[in-house]
Amino acid sequence: MHKTPLLDQLESGPWPSFIKDLKRVAARKKPAADLLGLLERSYKDKITHWKHGGIVGVLGYGSGIIGRYTDLPEEFPGVEHFHTVRVNQPSGWFYTTKALRELCDIWDEHGSSILNVHGSTGDMIFLGTTTPELEPCFAKLTAKGWDLGGSGSAMRSPSCCVGMARCEWSCYDTMDLCYEATQNFQFEMHRPSFPYKFKIKCSGCPNDCVAAVARADMSVIGVWKDDIRIDQAAVKAYAGGELKPRGGATPYAKLDVQADVVALCPTACMAFDGKTLKIDNKNCNHCMHCISLMPQALRPGTETGATLLLGSHAPILEGAQMSWVIVPFMEMETPYEPFMDLVANITEWWSENGKNRERVGELMLRLGMRAFFKGVGLEPPPQTVKTPRANPFFFWHEEDFEAEAAGRKYIK
Amino acid sequence: MSERITDIGPPKYDKFLPPVIKDNYGKWKYHEILEPGVLMHVSESGAKIFSVRGGSGRLVSTDFIKEVCDIADKFCDGYLRFTSRNNVEFLLTDQGKIADVKDACKKMGIPIGATGHSVSNIVHTQGWVHCHTPAIDASGIVKAVMDDLFEYFGSHKLPAQVRIALACCLNMCGAVHCSDIAILGIHRTAPKVDHERLRHLCEIPTTIASCPTGAIRPHPDKAIKSVVINEPRCMYCGNCYTMCPALPVFDSQKGGVALLVGGKVSNAKSPPIFSKLAVPYLPNNPPRWPETVQAIRKILTKYAEGANKYERVGEWVERIGWEKFFEVCDIPFTFQHIDDYRWAYDTYRTSMHFKF
Repeated sequence: MHKTPLLDQLESGPWPSFIKDLKRVAARKKPAADLLGLLERSYKDKITHWKHGGIVGVLGYGSGIIGRYTDLPEEFPGVEHFHTVRVNQPSGWFYTTKALRELCDIWDEHGSSILNVHGSTGDMIFLGTTTPELEPCFAKLTAKGWDLGGSGSAMRSPSCCVGMARCEWSCYDTMDLCYEATQNFQFEMHRPSFPYKFKIKCSGCPNDCVAAVARADMSVIGVWKDDIRIDQAAVKAYAGGELKPRGGATPYAKLDVQADVVALCPTACMAFDGKTLKIDNKNCNHCMHCISLMPQALRPGTETGATLLLGSHAPILEGAQMSWVIVPFMEMETPYEPFMDLVANITEWWSENGKNRERVGELMLRLGMRAFFKGVGLEPPPQTVKTPRANPFFFWHEEDFEAEAAGRKYIK
Repeated sequence: MSERITDIGPPKYDKFLPPVIKDNYGKWKYHEILEPGVLMHVSESGAKIFSVRGGSGRLVSTDFIKEVCDIADKFCDGYLRFTSRNNVEFLLTDQGKIADVKDACKKMGIPIGATGHSVSNIVHTQGWVHCHTPAIDASGIVKAVMDDLFEYFGSHKLPAQVRIALACCLNMCGAVHCSDIAILGIHRTAPKVDHERLRHLCEIPTTIASCPTGAIRPHPDKAIKSVVINEPRCMYCGNCYTMCPALPVFDSQKGGVALLVGGKVSNAKSPPIFSKLAVPYLPNNPPRWPETVQAIRKILTKYAEGANKYERVGEWVERIGWEKFFEVCDIPFTFQHIDDYRWAYDTYRTSMHFKF
């Protein structure tokens, strides 16, 4: 074991210590010991000691494995090759202990015994193994029903919130859509052929617990079209202090229905006379604030589905983007054919027109929304924009004149 | 080879659902949070599921996972899940076993919390543990910050939930751009070209093509067989280092931490918001990054004092105004705070709505 005086200082304190945890592995495994030694060196030098490079993978796949090598192989031979294996997570990150133990046994046998639960995209990340271990590790994973997730310029592993499995707000079956999309796009996940990465995240309601709007090229966010369901007796119980705001998750003992709910409604579509809560549902923008505060009194409606938003990505290159609305409402029923077809159209349009390492959101901005909508076969809904343009630089195409002559709207 | 299995995808989720979830899938009616870290969901049928939520380091060992499994085997019939913020949830039908799970977690060092108006686990990246372009470590800073903010993890003391995220460079694998408080590793200098190594290690055309801003050109002296970098164009993304190890982007002295604040992804009240730059630079100071820890505590404390009920960090800052935010948090305003990238104009003030 290497001496690690700097890392040792991260063993104390109330939060779980990854150093304590890794030291247990280091006691039985040389790569983990060398990983700690290398990390100690980074803490001393204040720089990383990892290199990218070298194409590694399992036979027939172009993704799922990321090659990783240290720049100090002589001193830390245990991590000379220390590749990542992305194991596609089950929907909603539900496991049985049997399944988890099987995964642990595979990783104890073929890798470092160190992992992330989970990675940013959603996969279970096995951190650190050598090239010869990759194929046997993969064979054991698939024999137990597991597969690799996406990496590189590919469809990435879709992920989702807990959805209908344990949440009353989910407006569609996020876990099922996530599973079916993952199955549907296996080829695109494992054989990178896109301009860059493409992520799908499925949130059941506008609270967006998997941050779909910020972290997925295709963000699928559940929504309802009809009226919020109200239990007026429960509203009274909140007003009377018998029920606590947000199910008890706040520092506040009592809900002030007027001040905390009605006055904070962003569309001012609610009224409370001390007894009855009225909602002008036609003007509700389904922000979830009132529902979140009064979970026993209010629930989303029953005419439910999802909004599709497209384009978010982290800052590289044009600056961070959030996804924007392209389909305000889509019914989400198995087998989700309209959704799968649209994603296929989008990735095809993007692959056709995108530059290397250009995310779909950047391409939409570069070519314009008209090219996008036409390219993927959608009509532009007004929900796409917060406001229409303020400049006079709008241009006309021959097809617009034809539509005008034929008495049609321009959007065909 | 004919037996090789590929493209099967992950196991179907229903294999892993406890019976109470299978029976009540899509039928949940409401939930309560019985205490910090303990949720109760009630079905239309009256059935209940209890979830005990605990923090993990995210970077864990198989030993840790097996210990977690021991708890789930003992009290939860072997069912558990993980959350989008890397917490572990033990799923129970017997309310009487909540105390047992909490005890077992305590013995294992798993803190209980992360519900409602708390500081939940910090979503983060790999840092020096496994990444080739980080400016900072990830797990170490997370540990130091969570140790300091521990009281907020297992309580509902704050005006709203506070979501902290860390990305160890601006590529943002941690996608921290919509977090209440974002910890971001920053490089502040362009890669240094090691001409001697470059000619042996790197392909010049792919190295040039790797730069998203077109800052890399062939060396004017063809005999040198290397490249030069137009430094003012470099945004420190490290893509060139990915292609060419002779272009290290990191600098042991100048790299460090930036803090961005006020982002969110939920639609509650206000639309999702990007995090904005609050502190442009704090020193890279392992093993416990005290300057970063203190700066975050200060922002969190001022928010807790100043925010209205149910107001997220970003909503608080927008209500009081950024000039007031800098004043309240004692953060000096610098040139770095003023946007001069692609959509900068959107951030300039074009009204008289400001405060002195």
